[in-house]
Amino acid sequence: MSDIRFTDQHEWVRVDGDIATIGITDYAQEQLGDVVYVELPEIGKTIEAGDEAAVVESVKAASEVYTPVSGEVIDVNSDIEATPAGVNEDAMGDGWFVKLRMSDPAEFEKLMDENAYKEFVEGLH
Amino acid sequence: MRYLPLTETDRSEMLGVIGAKSVDELFRDVPERARLAGLVDLPRRQGEMEVDRALSKMAARNVSAGSVPFFVGAGAYRHHVPASVDHLIQRSEFLTSYTPYQPEITQGTLQYLFEFQTQVAMITGMDVANASMYDGSTGCGEAVLMAHRVTKRKKAVLSGTLHPQYAEVVKNLSDFADYELDVMPPALPGRPEDIAAHIADDTSCVVVQSPGFFGELVDLRPIAEAAHAKGALLIAVVPEIVSLGAVTPPGDMGADIVVGEGQSIGNGLNFGGPYVGLFATRQKFVRQMPGRLCGETVDADGKRGFVLTLSTREQHIRREKATSNICTNSGLCCLAFTIHMSLLGEEGYKRLARINHAAAVDLAERLSKVPGVEILNRAFFNEFTMRLPGSAADVVDALADKGVLGGVPVSRLLPGAGFDDLLIVASTEVNTDADRAAFAAALVEVL
Amino acid sequence: MSGMNKQGRPTSIAVGGSAARETFTGNRALQLEEALVFELDNPGACGVDLDEPTPFTARLGGFERQGRIGLPSVSEPEIVRHYVRLSAKNYSIDAGLYPLGSCTMKHNPRLNEKMARLPGIGDIHPLQPMKTVQGALELMDTLAHWLKELTGMPAVALSPKAGAHGELCGMMAIRAALIARGEDEARSRVLVPESAHGTNPATAALLGYKVESIPVTTEGRVDLAAFKATLGPDVAAIMLTNPNTCGLFERDIIDIADAVHEAGAYFYCDGANFNAIVGRVRPGDLGIDAMHINLHKTFSTPHGGGGPGAGPVVFSAALAPFAPRPYVVHGADGFRLVETAEDAKADGTTPFGRMTAFHGQMGMFVRALAYMMSHGSDGLRQVAEDAVLNANYVLASLKDDLSAPFEGPCMHEALFDDRFLKGTGVETLDFAKAMIDEGYHPMTMYFPLVVHGALLIEPTETESKQAVDLFIATLKDLARAAKSNDKERFTGAPYLSPRRRLDETAAARSPVLRWAPPAPKQAAE
Ligand SMILES: Cc1ncc(COP(=O)(O)O)c(C=O)c1O
Repeated sequence: MSDIRFTDQHEWVRVDGDIATIGITDYAQEQLGDVVYVELPEIGKTIEAGDEAAVVESVKAASEVYTPVSGEVIDVNSDIEATPAGVNEDAMGDGWFVKLRMSDPAEFEKLMDENAYKEFVEGLH
Repeated sequence: MRYLPLTETDRSEMLGVIGAKSVDELFRDVPERARLAGLVDLPRRQGEMEVDRALSKMAARNVSAGSVPFFVGAGAYRHHVPASVDHLIQRSEFLTSYTPYQPEITQGTLQYLFEFQTQVAMITGMDVANASMYDGSTGCGEAVLMAHRVTKRKKAVLSGTLHPQYAEVVKNLSDFADYELDVMPPALPGRPEDIAAHIADDTSCVVVQSPGFFGELVDLRPIAEAAHAKGALLIAVVPEIVSLGAVTPPGDMGADIVVGEGQSIGNGLNFGGPYVGLFATRQKFVRQMPGRLCGETVDADGKRGFVLTLSTREQHIRREKATSNICTNSGLCCLAFTIHMSLLGEEGYKRLARINHAAAVDLAERLSKVPGVEILNRAFFNEFTMRLPGSAADVVDALADKGVLGGVPVSRLLPGAGFDDLLIVASTEVNTDADRAAFAAALVEVL
Repeated sequence: MSGMNKQGRPTSIAVGGSAARETFTGNRALQLEEALVFELDNPGACGVDLDEPTPFTARLGGFERQGRIGLPSVSEPEIVRHYVRLSAKNYSIDAGLYPLGSCTMKHNPRLNEKMARLPGIGDIHPLQPMKTVQGALELMDTLAHWLKELTGMPAVALSPKAGAHGELCGMMAIRAALIARGEDEARSRVLVPESAHGTNPATAALLGYKVESIPVTTEGRVDLAAFKATLGPDVAAIMLTNPNTCGLFERDIIDIADAVHEAGAYFYCDGANFNAIVGRVRPGDLGIDAMHINLHKTFSTPHGGGGPGAGPVVFSAALAPFAPRPYVVHGADGFRLVETAEDAKADGTTPFGRMTAFHGQMGMFVRALAYMMSHGSDGLRQVAEDAVLNANYVLASLKDDLSAPFEGPCMHEALFDDRFLKGTGVETLDFAKAMIDEGYHPMTMYFPLVVHGALLIEPTETESKQAVDLFIATLKDLARAAKSNDKERFTGAPYLSPRRRLDETAAARSPVLRWAPPAPKQAAE
């Protein structure tokens, strides 16, 4: 049973067992515009919640993607490295960035749920 | 004042629209005590004729390179620049435009930058080149920082072949940016350096110049191998870019970054600047490059066009995370380089290099016959080092009195290092047989 | 009437459809398509005449270059035509108003070009014996004197190659001073207003400083209270632009300087906007410790399509001892350059090091000095006044048609935001692109970052009232069109330039950064 949470930096995390998949939200990809490049971490690297996990770039902007949960990187999405447009096309699905083996699942529970995030985004306008 | 179009009538009409009584009112945000009441203590305005006269007088107090037999090099070289180069770069549309941030109306600049990048990549034997750095020395500093980023290490090895002022620029940057350096002593020709012995597991790069400061050509291949074996990069520095018309390019010898001084092609001596830094690397490192890059694309009608690209590396977007703080670069000097290189073409560039080499070989032969003179180099391009029986600075001084500008005494750049008897001389296509004969004759006299 | 030529030329113009007509060549009268120089390759042609040297024994030590480089072979007339055609695709200050805020696109006098090409200036080597370049050293010394007088600062480093390089130089001097005070370790933060140019944070970060942003007030200036609250014993410096990037004078600048100094830190001023105050305000009277001057802005050396420039840095008495080598001194035997650490030691100074090989941008020094001498103390003051007057005239004339985020008076540039475009479907970028069709280079856009959809207009003092009036009228017309739903005029613009909008996404997704020969055609078999 997978469950999805969000951050105020517009990242999403989906959890399946102790595996967390991280990406940027649809709102974020829309704000960025055409994604032209993503930089992903090395597999095997351990990162702490709040660390920079990836970088996503449009023509005129570059943003860091921070991991909201700690853990070891077990997979990265090489498809979006080759075809960054994938992030624009399906940010919440095939456009995911990294998969982590979580070291502290409690971190996940502290994040916003779908409704809270929706409200948060509406508040930005 | 001839450059200021507003008349008194204009000014008062405009103040009326603004709703201000005087210009002073527009400066009201300046704290009272910082407002200058009168004029600064400097001369008043002058007509074109007066300024021309004053500056021409200063210029006349200098001995211009073209007026004497001239053999000064050591990082800046006198070459013949075709007349069309200087004419073309003075076209208003090139001279008085800004950085091409609006590609629809700056295709002229963008296209020559694309040509420039291609030419630089070709002659250095590398995959890609940027749209220039300030000059060779600052480009060298940037290359070391880039190697640190690529390797995630912090220590550079500087070969003793490197121009002492380039080494100082790198050292300065390393000191203040908290990087480590292993600076090798000056490498005289005939005494090969054991650079490999200096490459450690924490070395990010080795910086080697060829032709070296003393004119000697360096075999980069074993150095590249040794560097790569330890995960370090080889940065090759080429201060005389004409050399690559005759000499194996660093890209073919394993260099990871090539930094060049492009002044020799299209640009005058200008007493040291402006020059143009060439910066080339491998495709895989392109996102770690400093400086602007121009790329090809299409416009809304599907026509080929060019834009500045990969800009997220740069300060105006990435700010404190940029790969460099560089903004203004050497645009117009790139244009001069590109036009001159285009005029030369494949054959002209190679022939120019052969002529330079021939000129230096001839000079070396003539000077080696002067009693007391020893040429130190074995393999060189258009510049070499010789040992004199006494102080090279004194000899250069005495030569100047005889109307010959006879090279750079090593002690000018490396004082107190025991090199007082060494003189670096260059000969290019601008020297005639008569110039070289005059040099040899004058040297006999002053020694 | 007999004998009269009845084949007179028609005087009425056929109307309709001609604008979109395709031509055989792709050219459109004076708009000429031009291939890359590599595509003009014509083996056998050459643009120079060089004789092969008489046979000699090479001494390249076995490093002879092998194989083709790939450079094209083209004759001189074709090269001249190629680059003339390319030039025709550029906008330029010589051709029209170039209102790029922060860039100071002013007239570039040709006298300056002439002076830079005197053989005694353009054809001298940086390492010639100093006795053969006394005039050049005098020129550098004279320029240094003008810069010190105009800024009221006691020392100057001429060698930095551009503004950003000057920032680096100034910040290095600050760090050297902190090292000398034994406080380098303790001071790790540099404060930079959010409105700053990107080079400021990039420079501070290059030196390992932690960059901290200070907020800007609703009046477009540094928030003094917030600034004072962030100051502390761990701050090395503040980097502040004045006049700032919103085109406003920092009213509290002396209080800011006092607070900085009280906290034991240094005040770096980004002097890119010096044009607004030259001859009227001396940065030295404001408490500044270091400031670069972009000679390619204030002192009119041409921008050349992105360079070269020059960024001399003036220093306060506190930082003067750390100013880098080389510098010119005047002694009994004339002018002399202090170049090496050994020279400096003998001269009794403590420069922090060296920014570049040789002595800096001589070609820019002579142009800037020619410009300064032409204006003189009186003309330079007039430069600042007319620059500020032109900008305020633009601000006053357009504030009801566009939207201005801050109250005037402004200094040398007028800042607008995109509120006037709200609901029109037109964005700042579209508005700017429509200006291209009207024959203008757009203003600086989306900078400074503190204003939404910023449009920063700097007319400079070398624009006449007629020129500024036409510019104002054009922007009024565009603003009216945007508000009256003429969206296509903007979103598809430009329509009339040598190229329409370019696909920057494609350029960045799969970068093509050099020309490559077309793949050889498959042999027909
Ligand atoms: C405010 C400001 N600071 C710094 C710079 C950097 O100057 P340069 O381009 O000469 O390096 C610029 C110019 O673009 C600027 O506008």
